[in-house]
Amino acid sequence: MIHIENVSHHIGKQTILNNIRLEIPAGGITALIGPNGAGKSTLLSLMARLQPLTHGSIRYNGRDLAATPTAEMARKLAILTQEGSVQSRISVRDLLMFGRFPYHQGRPQALDREIVAAALHEFGLEPLAERYLTELSGGQRQRAMIAMVFCQQTDYVLLDEPLNNLDMYYAKSLMQLLQRLTHEHKRTTVVVLHDINQAAAYADHIIAMQHGQVAFAGTPDEVFTEANIKTLFNMDAAVIDYAGKKLVVHHV
Amino acid sequence: MPSEKRNLLLAALLLAAASALFMTLNARGMWDFVLPLRAAKLLAILLVAYAIGVSTLLFQTLTHNPILTPSLLGFDTLYVFLQTLLVLVLGGIGYVQLNPAWKFSGEMLVMLGGSMLLFQVLLRQGGRDLARMILIGVIFGIFFRSITGLLQRLMDPEAFAVAQAFSYASFNSFNRQLLWPALLVVLASMPLLWRERHRLDVHLLGRDQAVNLGIAYQRHTLWLLAWVAVLVATATALVGPFGYPVSFFGLLVCALANHFAGTLRHNVRLPMVFLVAALLLVGGQTLFEHVLGMQAVLSVVVEFAGGLVFLYLILRKKQT
Repeated sequence: MIHIENVSHHIGKQTILNNIRLEIPAGGITALIGPNGAGKSTLLSLMARLQPLTHGSIRYNGRDLAATPTAEMARKLAILTQEGSVQSRISVRDLLMFGRFPYHQGRPQALDREIVAAALHEFGLEPLAERYLTELSGGQRQRAMIAMVFCQQTDYVLLDEPLNNLDMYYAKSLMQLLQRLTHEHKRTTVVVLHDINQAAAYADHIIAMQHGQVAFAGTPDEVFTEANIKTLFNMDAAVIDYAGKKLVVHHV
Repeated sequence: MPSEKRNLLLAALLLAAASALFMTLNARGMWDFVLPLRAAKLLAILLVAYAIGVSTLLFQTLTHNPILTPSLLGFDTLYVFLQTLLVLVLGGIGYVQLNPAWKFSGEMLVMLGGSMLLFQVLLRQGGRDLARMILIGVIFGIFFRSITGLLQRLMDPEAFAVAQAFSYASFNSFNRQLLWPALLVVLASMPLLWRERHRLDVHLLGRDQAVNLGIAYQRHTLWLLAWVAVLVATATALVGPFGYPVSFFGLLVCALANHFAGTLRHNVRLPMVFLVAALLLVGGQTLFEHVLGMQAVLSVVVEFAGGLVFLYLILRKKQT
Protein backbone atom coordinates (compact mmCIF):
# COMPACT_ATOMS: atom_id res chain seq x y z
CA MET A 1 0.00 0.00 0.00
CA ILE A 2 1.33 3.42 -0.95
CA HIS A 3 -0.08 6.36 1.02
CA ILE A 4 0.29 9.77 -0.55
CA GLU A 5 -0.83 12.56 1.74
CA ASN A 6 -1.17 16.26 0.99
CA VAL A 7 1.60 16.23 -1.57
CA SER A 8 2.09 19.54 -3.36
CA HIS A 9 4.83 20.68 -5.68
CA HIS A 10 5.62 24.11 -7.04
CA ILE A 11 8.11 25.36 -9.58
CA GLY A 12 8.45 29.07 -8.96
CA LYS A 13 4.89 30.34 -8.59
CA GLN A 14 3.44 27.61 -10.78
CA THR A 15 1.62 24.80 -9.04
CA ILE A 16 2.49 21.42 -10.52
CA LEU A 17 0.82 19.24 -7.93
CA ASN A 18 -1.95 20.53 -5.71
CA ASN A 19 -2.53 18.72 -2.44
CA ILE A 20 -2.65 15.15 -3.73
CA ARG A 21 -4.18 12.52 -1.47
CA LEU A 22 -4.05 9.03 -2.81
CA GLU A 23 -3.93 5.43 -1.74
CA ILE A 24 -2.42 3.03 -4.22
CA PRO A 25 -3.49 -0.52 -3.34
CA ALA A 26 -0.88 -3.23 -2.84
CA GLY A 27 -0.53 -5.76 -5.64
CA GLY A 28 -1.22 -5.34 -9.34
CA ILE A 29 -0.52 -2.66 -11.90
CA THR A 30 -1.65 0.90 -11.28
CA ALA A 31 -1.57 3.16 -14.32
CA LEU A 32 -1.17 6.93 -14.04
CA ILE A 33 -2.84 8.59 -17.00
CA GLY A 34 -3.83 12.09 -18.01
CA PRO A 35 -3.05 14.87 -20.47
CA ASN A 36 0.41 16.37 -20.90
CA GLY A 37 1.35 18.61 -18.00
CA ALA A 38 -1.09 16.99 -15.59
CA GLY A 39 1.73 16.21 -13.14
CA LYS A 40 1.96 12.42 -13.63
CA SER A 41 5.71 12.29 -14.08
CA THR A 42 6.29 14.82 -11.30
CA LEU A 43 4.21 12.72 -8.90
CA LEU A 44 6.14 9.61 -9.93
CA SER A 45 9.51 11.33 -9.47
CA LEU A 46 8.47 12.47 -5.99
CA MET A 47 7.35 8.94 -5.18
CA ALA A 48 10.71 7.71 -6.49
CA ARG A 49 12.65 10.28 -4.34
CA LEU A 50 14.25 11.67 -7.51
CA GLN A 51 13.10 15.08 -6.34
CA PRO A 52 12.98 16.20 -2.72
CA LEU A 53 9.48 16.26 -1.29
CA THR A 54 8.65 19.74 0.01
CA HIS A 55 4.99 19.39 1.04
CA GLY A 56 3.23 16.32 2.32
CA SER A 57 4.35 12.77 2.88
CA ILE A 58 4.63 9.51 0.98
CA ARG A 59 4.64 6.17 2.79
CA TYR A 60 5.32 2.68 1.53
CA ASN A 61 3.79 0.03 3.78
CA GLY A 62 3.80 2.64 6.51
CA ARG A 63 7.49 3.54 6.04
CA ASP A 64 7.95 7.24 5.43
CA LEU A 65 9.94 7.84 2.25
CA ALA A 66 11.73 10.96 3.47
CA ALA A 67 12.77 9.34 6.77
CA THR A 68 14.11 6.08 5.30
CA PRO A 69 17.78 5.93 4.26
CA THR A 70 18.02 5.84 0.48
CA ALA A 71 20.16 2.68 0.47
CA GLU A 72 17.45 0.84 2.44
CA MET A 73 14.73 2.22 0.15
CA ALA A 74 16.61 0.70 -2.82
CA ARG A 75 15.66 -2.73 -1.50
CA LYS A 76 11.95 -1.84 -1.31
CA LEU A 77 11.44 0.35 -4.33
CA ALA A 78 12.77 0.16 -7.89
CA ILE A 79 12.40 2.93 -10.44
CA LEU A 80 12.94 3.29 -14.16
CA THR A 81 12.80 6.62 -15.95
CA GLN A 82 13.49 7.62 -19.53
CA GLU A 83 16.94 8.98 -18.82
CA GLY A 84 19.20 8.72 -21.82
CA SER A 85 22.61 8.92 -20.20
CA VAL A 86 23.40 5.25 -19.63
CA GLN A 87 26.99 4.75 -20.68
CA SER A 88 27.79 2.67 -23.70
CA ARG A 89 30.36 0.10 -22.71
CA ILE A 90 28.24 -1.84 -20.23
CA SER A 91 27.18 -5.35 -21.13
CA VAL A 92 23.66 -6.58 -20.53
CA ARG A 93 24.89 -9.00 -17.86
CA ASP A 94 26.74 -6.21 -16.03
CA LEU A 95 23.66 -4.01 -16.26
CA LEU A 96 21.52 -6.67 -14.61
CA MET A 97 24.17 -7.10 -11.93
CA PHE A 98 23.82 -3.39 -11.14
CA GLY A 99 20.23 -4.22 -10.21
CA ARG A 100 21.68 -6.31 -7.38
CA PHE A 101 23.86 -3.43 -6.14
CA PRO A 102 21.56 -2.56 -3.19
CA TYR A 103 22.32 -6.06 -1.85
CA HIS A 104 25.96 -6.71 -2.78
CA GLN A 105 27.36 -3.14 -2.75
CA GLY A 106 29.81 -3.99 -5.50
CA ARG A 107 30.81 -7.48 -4.39
CA PRO A 108 28.43 -9.92 -6.13
CA GLN A 109 27.78 -13.21 -4.33
CA ALA A 110 26.68 -16.55 -5.77
CA LEU A 111 23.03 -15.69 -5.06
CA ASP A 112 23.31 -12.47 -7.08
CA ARG A 113 24.77 -14.35 -10.04
CA GLU A 114 21.94 -16.89 -9.84
CA ILE A 115 19.29 -14.17 -9.83
CA VAL A 116 20.91 -12.42 -12.80
CA ALA A 117 21.15 -15.68 -14.74
CA ALA A 118 17.48 -16.40 -14.02
CA ALA A 119 16.47 -12.90 -15.14
CA LEU A 120 18.48 -13.23 -18.36
CA HIS A 121 16.55 -16.41 -19.05
CA GLU A 122 13.16 -15.03 -18.09
CA PHE A 123 13.51 -11.93 -20.25
CA GLY A 124 14.94 -13.82 -23.21
CA LEU A 125 18.19 -11.89 -22.94
CA GLU A 126 20.57 -14.85 -22.86
CA PRO A 127 21.75 -14.45 -26.47
CA LEU A 128 22.44 -10.75 -25.75
CA ALA A 129 24.08 -11.19 -22.36
CA GLU A 130 27.59 -10.18 -23.39
CA ARG A 131 26.54 -7.41 -25.79
CA TYR A 132 27.05 -3.76 -24.96
CA LEU A 133 23.96 -1.60 -24.51
CA THR A 134 24.83 0.48 -27.58
CA GLU A 135 24.64 -2.66 -29.70
CA LEU A 136 20.98 -3.24 -28.82
CA SER A 137 17.83 -1.97 -30.48
CA GLY A 138 15.52 0.36 -28.55
CA GLY A 139 13.19 -2.48 -27.65
CA GLN A 140 15.99 -4.77 -26.51
CA ARG A 141 17.54 -2.03 -24.39
CA GLN A 142 14.22 -1.25 -22.74
CA ARG A 143 13.78 -4.95 -21.97
CA ALA A 144 17.27 -5.06 -20.46
CA MET A 145 16.50 -2.02 -18.28
CA ILE A 146 13.27 -3.61 -17.06
CA ALA A 147 15.13 -6.85 -16.38
CA MET A 148 17.61 -4.89 -14.26
CA VAL A 149 14.79 -3.30 -12.28
CA PHE A 150 13.29 -6.72 -11.64
CA CYS A 151 16.65 -8.07 -10.49
CA GLN A 152 16.31 -5.55 -7.68
CA GLN A 153 13.47 -7.74 -6.33
CA THR A 154 11.56 -4.94 -4.68
CA ASP A 155 7.93 -4.97 -3.58
CA TYR A 156 7.31 -1.72 -5.41
CA VAL A 157 8.24 -0.86 -8.99
CA LEU A 158 7.74 2.60 -10.52
CA LEU A 159 8.03 3.03 -14.29
CA ASP A 160 7.88 6.33 -16.15
CA GLU A 161 6.52 5.85 -19.68
CA PRO A 162 8.21 2.51 -20.36
CA LEU A 163 6.53 2.24 -23.77
CA ASN A 164 8.26 5.33 -25.16
CA ASN A 165 9.97 4.62 -28.48
CA LEU A 166 8.66 1.06 -28.65
CA ASP A 167 6.73 -0.23 -31.63
CA MET A 168 3.39 -1.94 -31.08
CA TYR A 169 4.90 -5.42 -31.00
CA TYR A 170 7.42 -4.56 -28.28
CA ALA A 171 4.89 -2.41 -26.42
CA LYS A 172 2.44 -5.31 -26.22
CA SER A 173 5.03 -7.88 -25.18
CA LEU A 174 6.43 -5.49 -22.56
CA MET A 175 3.00 -4.90 -21.03
CA GLN A 176 2.31 -8.66 -20.97
CA LEU A 177 5.67 -9.21 -19.32
CA LEU A 178 4.96 -6.51 -16.72
CA GLN A 179 1.57 -8.02 -16.00
CA ARG A 180 2.98 -11.51 -15.58
CA LEU A 181 5.90 -10.42 -13.39
CA THR A 182 3.71 -8.20 -11.25
CA HIS A 183 1.20 -10.93 -10.53
CA GLU A 184 3.62 -13.85 -10.24
CA HIS A 185 5.80 -12.08 -7.68
CA LYS A 186 2.94 -10.22 -5.99
CA ARG A 187 4.46 -6.83 -6.66
CA THR A 188 2.96 -3.37 -6.80
CA THR A 189 3.76 -1.71 -10.10
CA VAL A 190 2.97 1.95 -10.76
CA VAL A 191 3.38 3.00 -14.34
CA VAL A 192 2.91 6.31 -16.16
CA LEU A 193 1.28 5.53 -19.51
CA HIS A 194 0.43 7.75 -22.43
CA ASP A 195 -1.43 5.11 -24.38
CA ILE A 196 -4.72 4.85 -22.53
CA ASN A 197 -5.67 1.68 -24.36
CA GLN A 198 -2.61 -0.07 -22.94
CA ALA A 199 -3.72 1.17 -19.53
CA ALA A 200 -7.24 -0.12 -20.12
CA ALA A 201 -5.99 -3.53 -21.20
CA TYR A 202 -3.30 -4.25 -18.64
CA ALA A 203 -3.79 -2.10 -15.53
CA ASP A 204 -5.74 -3.25 -12.50
CA HIS A 205 -6.23 0.29 -11.22
CA ILE A 206 -6.32 3.61 -13.01
CA ILE A 207 -5.47 7.01 -11.60
CA ALA A 208 -6.35 9.83 -13.94
CA MET A 209 -4.74 13.19 -13.27
CA GLN A 210 -5.54 16.66 -14.48
CA HIS A 211 -4.19 20.10 -13.52
CA GLY A 212 -2.04 18.65 -10.74
CA GLN A 213 -4.93 16.87 -9.08
CA VAL A 214 -6.47 13.42 -9.14
CA ALA A 215 -9.49 13.61 -11.42
CA PHE A 216 -10.65 9.99 -11.32
CA ALA A 217 -9.49 6.79 -9.69
CA GLY A 218 -10.79 3.27 -9.91
CA THR A 219 -10.85 0.18 -12.09
CA PRO A 220 -10.51 0.60 -15.88
CA ASP A 221 -14.22 -0.05 -16.31
CA GLU A 222 -15.09 2.74 -13.88
CA VAL A 223 -12.65 5.31 -15.24
CA PHE A 224 -12.91 4.81 -18.98
CA THR A 225 -16.25 6.31 -19.87
CA GLU A 226 -16.94 8.75 -22.69
CA ALA A 227 -17.81 11.48 -20.21
CA ASN A 228 -14.56 11.03 -18.27
CA ILE A 229 -12.43 11.07 -21.43
CA LYS A 230 -14.18 14.27 -22.48
CA THR A 231 -13.41 15.87 -19.12
CA LEU A 232 -9.80 14.69 -19.03
CA PHE A 233 -8.61 15.35 -22.55
CA ASN A 234 -11.28 17.77 -23.74
CA MET A 235 -12.07 15.70 -26.81
CA ASP A 236 -14.80 13.38 -27.95
CA ALA A 237 -13.91 9.73 -28.15
CA ALA A 238 -16.05 6.64 -28.36
CA VAL A 239 -15.46 4.03 -25.66
CA ILE A 240 -16.35 0.53 -26.77
CA ASP A 241 -16.01 -2.91 -25.25
CA TYR A 242 -13.59 -5.19 -27.03
CA ALA A 243 -12.62 -8.65 -25.77
CA GLY A 244 -13.68 -7.75 -22.26
CA LYS A 245 -11.54 -4.59 -22.16
CA LYS A 246 -12.42 -0.96 -22.67
CA LEU A 247 -11.20 0.45 -25.96
CA VAL A 248 -11.01 4.22 -26.39
CA VAL A 249 -11.34 5.17 -30.04
CA HIS A 250 -9.61 8.54 -30.00
CA HIS A 251 -7.68 8.71 -33.25
CA VAL A 252 -10.47 8.84 -35.87
CA MET B 1 39.70 -9.95 -16.09
CA PRO B 2 43.18 -11.37 -16.79
CA SER B 3 43.75 -8.92 -19.67
CA GLU B 4 42.77 -6.02 -17.39
CA LYS B 5 45.19 -7.17 -14.72
CA ARG B 6 47.89 -7.73 -17.30
CA ASN B 7 47.53 -4.20 -18.65
CA LEU B 8 47.74 -2.77 -15.13
CA LEU B 9 50.83 -4.81 -14.41
CA LEU B 10 52.40 -3.81 -17.72
CA ALA B 11 51.78 -0.13 -17.02
CA ALA B 12 53.24 -0.49 -13.54
CA LEU B 13 56.38 -2.17 -14.90
CA LEU B 14 56.80 0.48 -17.57
CA LEU B 15 56.43 3.17 -14.92
CA ALA B 16 59.05 1.47 -12.74
CA ALA B 17 61.43 1.29 -15.70
CA ALA B 18 60.82 4.93 -16.61
CA SER B 19 61.38 5.96 -12.99
CA ALA B 20 64.65 4.00 -12.85
CA LEU B 21 65.83 5.70 -16.04
CA PHE B 22 64.76 9.07 -14.71
CA MET B 23 66.77 8.52 -11.53
CA THR B 24 69.97 7.21 -13.11
CA LEU B 25 70.39 8.54 -16.63
CA ASN B 26 73.37 10.89 -17.09
CA ALA B 27 74.19 10.79 -13.37
CA ARG B 28 77.95 10.64 -14.05
CA GLY B 29 78.68 9.11 -10.67
CA MET B 30 77.52 12.10 -8.59
CA TRP B 31 75.03 9.97 -6.71
CA ASP B 32 74.99 11.95 -3.47
CA PHE B 33 73.94 15.02 -5.33
CA VAL B 34 71.79 13.53 -8.08
CA LEU B 35 69.66 10.99 -6.22
CA PRO B 36 68.02 13.23 -3.58
CA LEU B 37 67.43 15.95 -6.15
CA ARG B 38 65.82 13.61 -8.65
CA ALA B 39 63.91 11.66 -6.02
CA ALA B 40 62.19 14.85 -4.89
CA LYS B 41 61.37 15.73 -8.47
CA LEU B 42 60.10 12.22 -9.19
CA LEU B 43 57.86 12.38 -6.13
CA ALA B 44 56.48 15.72 -7.28
CA ILE B 45 55.75 14.29 -10.72
CA LEU B 46 54.03 11.22 -9.28
CA LEU B 47 51.90 13.36 -6.97
CA VAL B 48 50.82 15.63 -9.82
CA ALA B 49 50.11 12.62 -12.06
CA TYR B 50 47.87 11.13 -9.38
CA ALA B 51 46.09 14.40 -8.60
CA ILE B 52 45.35 15.37 -12.20
CA GLY B 53 44.58 11.86 -13.44
CA VAL B 54 42.24 10.89 -10.62
CA SER B 55 40.49 14.26 -10.39
CA THR B 56 39.78 14.20 -14.13
CA LEU B 57 38.44 10.65 -14.01
CA LEU B 58 36.15 11.47 -11.07
CA PHE B 59 34.91 14.57 -12.85
CA GLN B 60 34.22 12.69 -16.07
CA THR B 61 32.33 9.97 -14.24
CA LEU B 62 30.19 12.47 -12.36
CA THR B 63 29.41 14.50 -15.49
CA HIS B 64 28.96 11.46 -17.78
CA ASN B 65 31.17 13.20 -20.28
CA PRO B 66 34.56 11.95 -21.47
CA ILE B 67 35.61 15.31 -22.93
CA LEU B 68 35.36 17.41 -19.75
CA THR B 69 38.11 18.16 -17.25
CA PRO B 70 37.93 19.89 -13.87
CA SER B 71 40.03 22.75 -15.20
CA LEU B 72 36.75 23.86 -16.79
CA LEU B 73 35.49 24.78 -13.34
CA GLY B 74 38.24 27.35 -13.06
CA PHE B 75 39.93 25.97 -9.91
CA ASP B 76 43.43 26.64 -11.23
CA THR B 77 42.52 30.14 -12.35
CA LEU B 78 41.22 30.80 -8.84
CA TYR B 79 44.58 29.58 -7.51
CA VAL B 80 46.60 31.90 -9.77
CA PHE B 81 44.26 34.74 -8.85
CA LEU B 82 44.85 34.14 -5.13
CA GLN B 83 48.63 34.13 -5.65
CA THR B 84 48.48 37.32 -7.67
CA LEU B 85 46.36 38.99 -5.01
CA LEU B 86 48.86 37.97 -2.32
CA VAL B 87 51.78 39.35 -4.33
CA LEU B 88 49.92 42.60 -4.93
CA VAL B 89 49.04 43.04 -1.25
CA LEU B 90 52.31 41.83 0.33
CA GLY B 91 54.75 42.73 -2.43
CA GLY B 92 57.22 40.31 -4.01
CA ILE B 93 59.40 40.02 -0.90
CA GLY B 94 56.50 39.63 1.52
CA TYR B 95 54.98 36.92 -0.67
CA VAL B 96 58.19 34.90 -0.77
CA GLN B 97 58.54 35.11 3.01
CA LEU B 98 55.10 33.57 3.74
CA ASN B 99 55.14 30.32 5.68
CA PRO B 100 54.50 27.73 2.91
CA ALA B 101 52.56 25.27 5.04
CA TRP B 102 50.18 27.94 6.34
CA LYS B 103 49.86 29.41 2.89
CA PHE B 104 49.03 25.98 1.45
CA SER B 105 46.40 25.28 4.13
CA GLY B 106 44.86 28.72 3.68
CA GLU B 107 44.69 28.35 -0.09
CA MET B 108 43.24 24.87 0.25
CA LEU B 109 40.50 26.27 2.49
CA VAL B 110 39.72 29.12 0.09
CA MET B 111 39.60 26.75 -2.89
CA LEU B 112 37.35 24.33 -0.98
CA GLY B 113 35.13 27.19 0.12
CA GLY B 114 34.91 28.50 -3.43
CA SER B 115 34.11 25.10 -4.86
CA MET B 116 31.49 24.46 -2.18
CA LEU B 117 29.81 27.75 -3.16
CA LEU B 118 29.83 26.56 -6.76
CA PHE B 119 28.47 23.15 -5.79
CA GLN B 120 25.61 24.84 -3.93
CA VAL B 121 24.22 25.55 -7.39
CA LEU B 122 24.16 21.83 -7.92
CA LEU B 123 22.55 21.12 -4.56
CA ARG B 124 19.69 23.56 -4.99
CA GLN B 125 18.61 21.75 -8.13
CA GLY B 126 18.56 18.40 -6.37
CA GLY B 127 21.71 17.37 -8.22
CA ARG B 128 20.08 17.61 -11.61
CA ASP B 129 21.79 20.53 -13.17
CA LEU B 130 25.44 19.68 -13.68
CA ALA B 131 25.48 21.60 -16.95
CA ARG B 132 24.54 24.83 -15.20
CA MET B 133 27.20 24.31 -12.55
CA ILE B 134 29.87 23.75 -15.21
CA LEU B 135 28.75 26.84 -17.10
CA ILE B 136 28.98 28.98 -13.96
CA GLY B 137 32.42 27.48 -13.32
CA VAL B 138 33.54 28.41 -16.83
CA ILE B 139 32.32 31.97 -16.36
CA PHE B 140 34.15 32.34 -13.04
CA GLY B 141 37.26 30.77 -14.55
CA ILE B 142 37.33 33.42 -17.27
CA PHE B 143 36.52 36.11 -14.73
CA PHE B 144 39.43 35.15 -12.48
CA ARG B 145 41.79 34.88 -15.40
CA SER B 146 40.89 38.36 -16.66
CA ILE B 147 41.20 39.90 -13.18
CA THR B 148 44.55 38.14 -12.75
CA GLY B 149 45.74 39.60 -16.06
CA LEU B 150 44.65 43.07 -14.96
CA LEU B 151 46.32 42.77 -11.55
CA GLN B 152 49.56 41.52 -13.05
CA ARG B 153 49.65 44.57 -15.34
CA LEU B 154 49.27 46.85 -12.33
CA MET B 155 52.30 45.36 -10.54
CA ASP B 156 55.80 46.72 -10.45
CA PRO B 157 58.24 44.63 -12.52
CA GLU B 158 59.82 42.92 -9.50
CA ALA B 159 56.51 41.64 -8.20
CA PHE B 160 55.53 40.69 -11.74
CA ALA B 161 58.60 38.46 -11.99
CA VAL B 162 57.42 36.63 -8.86
CA ALA B 163 53.92 36.34 -10.30
CA GLN B 164 55.23 34.92 -13.56
CA ALA B 165 56.91 32.07 -11.71
CA PHE B 166 53.62 30.63 -10.38
CA SER B 167 51.56 31.38 -13.48
CA TYR B 168 53.05 28.56 -15.51
CA ALA B 169 53.54 24.92 -14.63
CA SER B 170 57.06 23.55 -14.47
CA PHE B 171 58.56 20.48 -12.91
CA ASN B 172 61.96 22.12 -12.90
CA SER B 173 60.89 24.80 -10.47
CA PHE B 174 58.26 23.00 -8.41
CA ASN B 175 57.44 24.13 -4.90
CA ARG B 176 59.80 21.99 -2.81
CA GLN B 177 58.34 23.04 0.54
CA LEU B 178 54.91 21.70 -0.42
CA LEU B 179 56.15 18.21 -1.21
CA TRP B 180 55.21 16.77 2.19
CA PRO B 181 51.84 18.49 2.58
CA ALA B 182 50.93 17.38 -0.96
CA LEU B 183 52.05 13.82 -0.21
CA LEU B 184 49.89 13.88 2.90
CA VAL B 185 46.82 14.99 0.94
CA VAL B 186 47.36 12.35 -1.75
CA LEU B 187 47.93 9.54 0.76
CA ALA B 188 44.80 10.55 2.66
CA SER B 189 42.73 10.56 -0.52
CA MET B 190 43.79 7.08 -1.62
CA PRO B 191 41.84 4.85 0.80
CA LEU B 192 38.87 7.23 0.83
CA LEU B 193 38.53 7.29 -2.95
CA TRP B 194 39.30 3.59 -3.35
CA ARG B 195 36.33 2.89 -1.09
CA GLU B 196 34.09 4.69 -3.58
CA ARG B 197 35.06 2.57 -6.59
CA HIS B 198 31.86 0.50 -6.74
CA ARG B 199 29.62 3.48 -6.10
CA LEU B 200 31.45 5.32 -8.90
CA ASP B 201 30.51 2.45 -11.21
CA VAL B 202 26.85 3.02 -10.35
CA HIS B 203 27.20 6.69 -11.39
CA LEU B 204 27.80 5.43 -14.93
CA LEU B 205 24.11 4.53 -15.14
CA GLY B 206 23.05 8.15 -14.74
CA ARG B 207 21.54 10.12 -11.90
CA ASP B 208 18.12 8.45 -11.77
CA GLN B 209 19.52 4.93 -11.63
CA ALA B 210 22.13 5.97 -9.06
CA VAL B 211 19.27 7.17 -6.83
CA ASN B 212 17.32 4.02 -7.59
CA LEU B 213 20.20 1.81 -6.54
CA GLY B 214 20.52 3.56 -3.22
CA ILE B 215 23.30 6.12 -3.72
CA ALA B 216 22.71 9.26 -1.66
CA TYR B 217 23.27 11.19 -4.86
CA GLN B 218 23.68 14.77 -3.65
CA ARG B 219 25.89 13.94 -0.71
CA HIS B 220 27.98 11.51 -2.69
CA THR B 221 28.46 13.88 -5.64
CA LEU B 222 29.40 16.69 -3.26
CA TRP B 223 31.92 14.48 -1.47
CA LEU B 224 33.57 13.49 -4.75
CA LEU B 225 33.58 17.02 -6.14
CA ALA B 226 35.22 18.23 -2.95
CA TRP B 227 38.02 15.73 -3.57
CA VAL B 228 38.28 16.93 -7.16
CA ALA B 229 38.77 20.46 -5.83
CA VAL B 230 41.36 19.34 -3.26
CA LEU B 231 43.36 17.33 -5.81
CA VAL B 232 43.37 20.10 -8.40
CA ALA B 233 44.45 22.58 -5.72
CA THR B 234 47.27 20.24 -4.64
CA ALA B 235 48.62 19.76 -8.14
CA THR B 236 48.39 23.46 -8.88
CA ALA B 237 50.11 24.46 -5.64
CA LEU B 238 52.92 22.00 -6.29
CA VAL B 239 53.88 22.77 -9.90
CA GLY B 240 51.64 25.63 -10.93
CA PRO B 241 48.54 25.58 -13.12
CA PHE B 242 49.10 22.68 -15.45
CA GLY B 243 48.39 23.63 -19.01
CA TYR B 244 46.91 26.95 -17.96
CA PRO B 245 44.50 28.18 -19.29
CA VAL B 246 43.03 24.90 -20.59
CA SER B 247 44.35 21.53 -19.59
CA PHE B 248 44.30 18.78 -22.15
CA PHE B 249 46.59 16.65 -20.04
CA GLY B 250 43.83 15.16 -17.88
CA LEU B 251 41.83 14.54 -21.01
CA LEU B 252 44.71 12.77 -22.73
CA VAL B 253 45.38 10.62 -19.68
CA CYS B 254 41.76 9.57 -19.19
CA ALA B 255 41.30 8.77 -22.89
CA LEU B 256 44.41 6.59 -22.87
CA ALA B 257 43.48 4.96 -19.56
CA ASN B 258 39.97 4.17 -20.82
CA HIS B 259 41.50 2.59 -23.88
CA PHE B 260 43.99 0.43 -22.00
CA ALA B 261 41.67 -0.44 -19.12
CA GLY B 262 39.26 -2.15 -21.51
CA THR B 263 36.49 -1.80 -18.94
CA LEU B 264 34.53 1.00 -17.32
CA ARG B 265 34.95 -0.40 -13.82
CA HIS B 266 36.71 2.00 -11.50
CA ASN B 267 38.72 -0.65 -9.68
CA VAL B 268 40.72 -0.88 -12.92
CA ARG B 269 40.39 2.68 -14.17
CA LEU B 270 41.44 4.45 -10.94
CA PRO B 271 44.89 2.81 -10.79
CA MET B 272 45.14 2.98 -14.57
CA VAL B 273 44.75 6.78 -14.81
CA PHE B 274 47.49 7.22 -12.22
CA LEU B 275 49.83 4.82 -14.02
CA VAL B 276 49.22 6.34 -17.45
CA ALA B 277 49.58 9.91 -16.16
CA ALA B 278 52.77 9.05 -14.27
CA LEU B 279 54.20 7.15 -17.22
CA LEU B 280 53.58 10.08 -19.56
CA LEU B 281 55.09 12.62 -17.18
CA VAL B 282 58.08 10.58 -15.97
CA GLY B 283 58.87 9.23 -19.43
CA GLY B 284 58.38 12.60 -21.05
CA GLN B 285 60.47 14.39 -18.46
CA THR B 286 63.29 11.84 -18.84
CA LEU B 287 63.21 12.27 -22.57
CA PHE B 288 63.24 16.04 -22.44
CA GLU B 289 65.85 16.42 -19.72
CA HIS B 290 68.35 13.80 -20.69
CA VAL B 291 67.86 12.92 -24.33
CA LEU B 292 66.75 16.18 -25.86
CA GLY B 293 68.73 18.27 -23.40
CA MET B 294 65.92 20.63 -22.30
CA GLN B 295 65.37 21.68 -25.89
CA ALA B 296 61.61 21.57 -25.55
CA VAL B 297 59.00 21.99 -22.84
CA LEU B 298 57.11 18.86 -21.78
CA SER B 299 53.85 20.61 -21.03
CA VAL B 300 53.69 22.07 -24.52
CA VAL B 301 54.10 18.65 -26.13
CA VAL B 302 51.60 17.06 -23.74
CA GLU B 303 49.07 19.79 -24.45
CA PHE B 304 49.59 19.36 -28.18
CA ALA B 305 49.01 15.60 -28.00
CA GLY B 306 46.06 16.20 -25.65
CA GLY B 307 44.54 18.63 -28.10
CA LEU B 308 44.76 16.06 -30.87
CA VAL B 309 43.08 13.45 -28.65
CA PHE B 310 40.37 15.97 -27.82
CA LEU B 311 39.65 16.50 -31.52
CA TYR B 312 39.68 12.75 -32.10
CA LEU B 313 37.17 12.17 -29.28
CA ILE B 314 34.81 14.81 -30.64
CA LEU B 315 35.00 13.56 -34.23
CA ARG B 316 34.59 9.94 -33.21
CA LYS B 317 31.53 10.84 -31.17
CA LYS B 318 29.97 12.41 -34.24
CA GLN B 319 30.34 9.22 -36.22
CA THR B 320 28.48 6.97 -33.80
